[in-house]
Amino acid sequence: MSTKVGIVLFPGTNCEHDVAWAVEELGGQATMLWHGDRSVRDVDAVVVPGGFAHGDYLRTGAIARFSPVMDAVAEHAAAGGPVVGICNGFQVLTEAGLLPGALQKNTGLSFVCDTVELEVVSTRSVLTHLAEPGARLRIPINHFEGNYVCDPDTLRALHDDDRIVVRYVDNPNGSLDDIAGISNEAGNVVGLMPHPERASHALLGSADGVVMLQSLLAAAQRAAA
Amino acid sequence: MRYEVRIDVTHLPGVLDPQGATVERALPALGYDNVTEVSIAKTIRLALDAPSESDARDQVDAMCKQLLANPVIERYTVQLEAAS
Repeated sequence: MSTKVGIVLFPGTNCEHDVAWAVEELGGQATMLWHGDRSVRDVDAVVVPGGFAHGDYLRTGAIARFSPVMDAVAEHAAAGGPVVGICNGFQVLTEAGLLPGALQKNTGLSFVCDTVELEVVSTRSVLTHLAEPGARLRIPINHFEGNYVCDPDTLRALHDDDRIVVRYVDNPNGSLDDIAGISNEAGNVVGLMPHPERASHALLGSADGVVMLQSLLAAAQRAAA
Repeated sequence: MRYEVRIDVTHLPGVLDPQGATVERALPALGYDNVTEVSIAKTIRLALDAPSESDARDQVDAMCKQLLANPVIERYTVQLEAAS
């Protein structure tokens, strides 16, 4: 039985097929979860993919967090199930209170679409436990609001509890402390701005995202066992 | 009773306001080199039926905390008056 990854679809989500392709390429099974669903069914892991959920109206992720499916995602996370928010999905998870802080407009007000270098910081998370600490990964980013901010107490907690998952080597958006991705305390909920699914095959220019997706699949399998 | 409500959502002090900073850099190009402290805010207007002004204020406050503002990066002010 292959590992089942549920991919949450809001109106305006646009990276769901990329995530599904990458998951299936690595031997997992992808299934879509509609935002109006009240359950995540029998999935082993949840991915909240990139896009513009609910048009990013008001603030990115602000409306999406009230979707019925988000209660089920929170329950899945509370039970220790892996949850990963990519790009807009990261914004949704911060608005939903599953991860601390917020993502605001990039410094310089520019939309950034580029492949950047990341440094793996924590290998405790469901997205990086198979990666080497300090490893450099080339992963695409594609966002206008990826500038991570949080209060000083939260930043200290992220440091002290080993919750900074990946950092930008060359900060592209003004993110506090070069943060590209963080996790919750348990490490089973991760949000990051870069798109590992877009670096999942050499034909895409980089396969450095594979280790992240393999980590997720392995964590999901473990959580399901 | 119907109340007309205006909510201004602004950045918390100390949180970078990239739009305000960009406008502040653009104004001197037009000759306005005496401008500082530019910030770009969001205004939300709504009408609310409530039994009293204090009840209306409580409801608007709750709306701001739950949805209209993100307390991690934003603060808000509320102006409220009875509709004529």
